[in-house]
Amino acid sequence: MIETENLTKMFGSVAAVEELTLRVEEGEVFGLLGPNGAGKTTTMRMLACLISKTSGEAKVGGYGIGSPESINIRRMVGVLPESVGLFDDLSAYKNLDFYGRLYERTEEQRRTRIEQLLTMFGLWEKRDVAVGTFSKGMKQKVAVARALIHDPSVIFLDEPTANLDPEASKTIRDFILELKREKRTVFLNTHNLDEAQRICDRIGIMKTKLLAVGRPEEMRDSLWGRKTVVQLERLTDAIVAAVQRLGPAKVEVRDSELVVEVSDPDTDNPDIVKAIVAAGGRIRFVSDLSPTLEDVYLRLVRN
Amino acid sequence: MRILELWKSWVVATNDFSIFWKKKYIVYSLIGIPVTLSIGLPLALRLIMQGNPISVSELEVVLNAFAFLFILLASFLPTILASYSFVGEKLEKNLEPLLATPTTDGELLLGKGLAAFLPSILTTYLGAAVFMVLVDRLTYGALGTYYFPNWNTTVILLVAVPIACAFSVGVNIIISSLVSDLRAAQQLGILVLLPVGGLYVLAERDFKSLEIGNLIIISALLLVADAFLFYLSRVTFRREEILTKWK
Repeated sequence: MIETENLTKMFGSVAAVEELTLRVEEGEVFGLLGPNGAGKTTTMRMLACLISKTSGEAKVGGYGIGSPESINIRRMVGVLPESVGLFDDLSAYKNLDFYGRLYERTEEQRRTRIEQLLTMFGLWEKRDVAVGTFSKGMKQKVAVARALIHDPSVIFLDEPTANLDPEASKTIRDFILELKREKRTVFLNTHNLDEAQRICDRIGIMKTKLLAVGRPEEMRDSLWGRKTVVQLERLTDAIVAAVQRLGPAKVEVRDSELVVEVSDPDTDNPDIVKAIVAAGGRIRFVSDLSPTLEDVYLRLVRN
Repeated sequence: MRILELWKSWVVATNDFSIFWKKKYIVYSLIGIPVTLSIGLPLALRLIMQGNPISVSELEVVLNAFAFLFILLASFLPTILASYSFVGEKLEKNLEPLLATPTTDGELLLGKGLAAFLPSILTTYLGAAVFMVLVDRLTYGALGTYYFPNWNTTVILLVAVPIACAFSVGVNIIISSLVSDLRAAQQLGILVLLPVGGLYVLAERDFKSLEIGNLIIISALLLVADAFLFYLSRVTFRREEILTKWK
């Protein structure tokens, strides 16, 4: 659904996005993570045909960005920018109706879709109230509804839950999951690692360049490695030596704990336990040391 | 090359009308300024005529000069609307979702331009109509005929006023792309009155300069300026510039 190859954007001599190559499948929720200034918004704007590329190629729904076909891309994508950008003096209904008209929907289509979206977000009763009087969360819901007014197959969401309270964030997240169930392609820019982990099928971490891409759990395993923690009653040099003899990549000693880097916990853990018991150790717990996505993210971004 | 879909420009313009209608300062300005001019000028004329007798030729000079002020009015009103249309939306960050829709820069620009042009021209005409009725009632006794409408005011209202209004819209679009503050945009926009005001001063010095032929020449010059400004505003109004450089 979305394909880029060496996509690059320069602002003067400054590279905002460098040689980005990625592929997002139809019906996939893809999260793009990165620090401020990493090029996430620029990437989204290029893909939504809001700004031009400097070099490289990109296609959305089979249409090339930066070509005369780009107007077709704008017809098929819904965009939620970082700022809600609603007309505060107009009602929720009028805001959505205006965009429905620009997205070439008939009056009947607009009426049905607006009612459907506002009802879903619990705002139908407030449809005639000026959005300027709405809370931040309510405005964000209207902005999400605006991005979906024309029933797009690809949706670009730029920090959709930024500055929202937990309840409003949950509503938006649940809605993204609903979009996923509807098999729509969602391209999500976020700082919220927990959110990305919960709702994205795959994530990409970028800092002008794409640093890593994959499923969150795969990324954790491939970048961090798998580790087993063995908590003992008492740790002795004999126990450490016994575990080292098994030839793991790394063994760390923390008070009465051993942290052992393993390639496959299913086969390695029984051997480790056996070796420790044979060396006279008494085991309290054996557990998997799971790095968070935050650990992976920070390691990549700081490097 | 894609042809402009004019209905989209109209959608943009009507949306702006709805917003203008909700902004008190815009509504008050659009109504208040033409009303002040259309009632204030006949009142001033009445004072002039009461103070000392005025000859017919002198009265004609004054009336033509007053009629010319509606060109200034048509140049001034778009400074309020066009500055909101662009800088206001820039400040409220409404442009990005608008630019994401399947509309071209030309359609958006035309829509925004119409939103500033149509209310300005409409209220100028309404003000001019009130002005002409009041002046005719006031001067019928002295002239023995209704002075308005006449060929001079017809050229002023149907040719010079729309062209001057479009000129002002063009200047204000360009100014809006250069500044980020609504007040600054309006203050700079008022500079558009300088060339038109200059013509007014020249007209005041020499009655002949307000003859139809000269009015048409002035209008033709403004029309050329309009075309140049439209080109310039197309160059200025680029979605990439708006998203990445308009702060």
